[in-house]
Amino acid sequence: MTWMPADTSIVVVGSLCAVACALPGCFMVLRRMSMMGDAISHAVLPGLALGFLLTGSRASLPMFMGAAVMGLLTAYFTQSISKWGKVDRGAAMGITFTTMFALGLLLIVQATDHVDIDPGCVLYGALELTPFNTFGVIEMAGYIIDIPHSAIVLSIVLCMNLGIIILLFKEFKISAYDPELATTLGINAQLMHYLLMAMVAVTTVAAFESVGSIIVIAMLVVPAATAQLLTDNLKIMLVISAVVGVLAAVMGHISAIIVPPMLGFDGTSTSGMIAGSAGLLFMFVWLFAPRYGLVAKLFSSRKIEVPEMVASRDSACPK
Amino acid sequence: MKMFIRVLALVLLVLIISHPTADASQVHAELAHGSQLAGGPLRSFELPPWEDVQDVLMLRNYNTKLVVLSTMILGVASGFVGSFLLLRKRSLMGDALSHACLPGIVLLFIIMASAGGSGKSLVGLLLGASLTGIIGVGVVMLISSTSRVKDDAAMGIVLSVFFGIGIAMMTMVQKTPGQSSAGLIDFIYGKAASMVLQDFVLLSGVAVVIAALCLLLMKEFALLCFDQTFGKCIGLPVHLLDVLLMILVAAVTVLGMQAVGLILIIAYLVTPAATARFWTDNLRVMLLLSALFGAMSGWLGASLSALLPRMPAGAVIVLMAAVLFILSMLFGTSRGILKRVISHRQLKIKVGRQHMLRAVYELIELRYKTSAKLSLPNKSIHYANLLSHRTWSAASLSHLLRRGKREDHIEKFDGMHVSLTESGFGEAARITRNHRLWEIFLITHADIAPSHVDRDADSVEHVLSPEMVRELESALEAKIDTQVIPPSPHEFFVADKPEGEKEL
Repeated sequence: MTWMPADTSIVVVGSLCAVACALPGCFMVLRRMSMMGDAISHAVLPGLALGFLLTGSRASLPMFMGAAVMGLLTAYFTQSISKWGKVDRGAAMGITFTTMFALGLLLIVQATDHVDIDPGCVLYGALELTPFNTFGVIEMAGYIIDIPHSAIVLSIVLCMNLGIIILLFKEFKISAYDPELATTLGINAQLMHYLLMAMVAVTTVAAFESVGSIIVIAMLVVPAATAQLLTDNLKIMLVISAVVGVLAAVMGHISAIIVPPMLGFDGTSTSGMIAGSAGLLFMFVWLFAPRYGLVAKLFSSRKIEVPEMVASRDSACPK
Repeated sequence: MKMFIRVLALVLLVLIISHPTADASQVHAELAHGSQLAGGPLRSFELPPWEDVQDVLMLRNYNTKLVVLSTMILGVASGFVGSFLLLRKRSLMGDALSHACLPGIVLLFIIMASAGGSGKSLVGLLLGASLTGIIGVGVVMLISSTSRVKDDAAMGIVLSVFFGIGIAMMTMVQKTPGQSSAGLIDFIYGKAASMVLQDFVLLSGVAVVIAALCLLLMKEFALLCFDQTFGKCIGLPVHLLDVLLMILVAAVTVLGMQAVGLILIIAYLVTPAATARFWTDNLRVMLLLSALFGAMSGWLGASLSALLPRMPAGAVIVLMAAVLFILSMLFGTSRGILKRVISHRQLKIKVGRQHMLRAVYELIELRYKTSAKLSLPNKSIHYANLLSHRTWSAASLSHLLRRGKREDHIEKFDGMHVSLTESGFGEAARITRNHRLWEIFLITHADIAPSHVDRDADSVEHVLSPEMVRELESALEAKIDTQVIPPSPHEFFVADKPEGEKEL
């Protein structure tokens, strides 16, 4: 295996995407809305289709706008249905995003004889193609470095997410843990909710083009959940989730190069492999986290001595 | 109200897009507009003849019969399973599960292809899908029960990681020359239109088993959904039932995936059940309605898709289900928005009336009560006293008084004095008595201080039923004389008497 400049830029783009998703992902996990990333990534389809229909071109900006608006609408409809119809939030989310996805499919099929927007492309993405879509070239210390187009887009999104989270850290923190307290303190918890949703929608859509939604869905949830098992401090959780995201991107790309030849195949999807490696990292932490891991729990629960009386009372009711 | 208009706009949007038979001209105009902008050719959008519509809807057309029937059967099975899933607050499990099926499908494809076949045996692929699907659900349950990661995050992890691995495997297969994996993509978008008799027999057979199991184990599943701990204590194998329910979900998902696609099967599991919930609070009725809504959206959606060009069945079915959902959310007789708005308004009116009558009664009592034995005369009181008796604005009080006059409780209200009619006085006495009974009950049995009891009683007295009042009477018989209206156990805050008090 030889490491080429293209590999570096794939890893860089993957890491940028991972960190950009992991930061808002922490708040999504804390607010118990982890499935929102998945919902938004499916629900933006009508936005992509409308953007294409109205302009007749596959220019990025109108499709990006359409998709971002649909992403926000998903959050809004989910909230409204669960509030006004008293429907469980998970169900409201499921209804909203499947309906929007169906609408998008119908729009695409109705409007184009040949499907110009490939829904498959949206779902899987092609991270391994990013080096070929270059934005510009810079020379640094004698080395020539190609800058992929998606690296620029994702850097902007990452900076935006980072900026918003640093600026409004306290507000996000309080409204994530205790929306009622946030409201009494004069923080608009509703606004914070939609700001977070806007961040997720924009990040998801921006990452689509370049890396495909499967990385986004994975990176919104897995690094944050991994970090949650390692720390009780929100700031440290954000840092750990970013590190886990980068690790997953690196591991994913390396395994995308190494694994297929071992099994007798020619190549594979880097996005899928990055999601897989993130899962592997989570599994490792789930088992071996110092405090909340399964092994650690097993040992610490042995130390607790159960008093006789409590034990006998518990056994009276079969578990 | 704003919300109502917004929802209505959404309904219209969905209707326009999904209902070409009803709004053909509009759709035509929109499409023409869209294609012109897109630079595409103009297409005519012809309605199918009425005989064709009848043939398809009545299942007389052989070609579409299989598709329509199978989507209906699928709708029934997923309606049953989805109801339990919804009540268990696990609606999105179908989402995680359907994504987790992908690696299994590809894995079995690889195994079958390397064993020499074409790799596209439906039963084999479905087996593979069920395998990883069930593993995925198991991992979700394991993560959420053994770690601090909540179940939504666990579902997200399983969904993305399994799907990612599946995509990676599928890409590997696709990049291998000489192997065609074209059939696999059908699992993601569904291929209801190309269903053959064999597929139909398999689908309907499994669906019937699923539906039968749901009905047979209804009591046990209901207990699992509503009171798991109680189920445990009476000796039900709760975990086993949980696993069984998830296996049923997996079966529906795997079956439906092939018909309507990986993403739209989620709608089959969630939407009909949520729709049924608006109409009833009874589990049996909910199951039946949910199956009915599932079958209906399958029937309408598949028929529409067969009749009109360029309408993918899965998408139309989901949109039909969404239309049913939105209509039910608005007009459902049990939890619909309209129903709740009306009953909330009625309660508000009732509470306002009772507050007003009791306030008037208490003022009469304060002014004219001379001894506990004598009954109270129905005299008029000062409006200014009434206004300061409770915290209410002049506007809301006069609103209440005007309504009281319409309801024949208020005899006269001229801006200075207020007097009750005979029926109003009787009603006021009854309400005050209920309030006092509840107050005394709270003081004697719940140890609430007399100075605080007024407000506590305030929130309950409006919903006291006659049976409850009789129970209160018998509970308090030893303490007080329940034949008459007991005196208030607490002091009233009496405002300064306004000018003109002596004129009465």
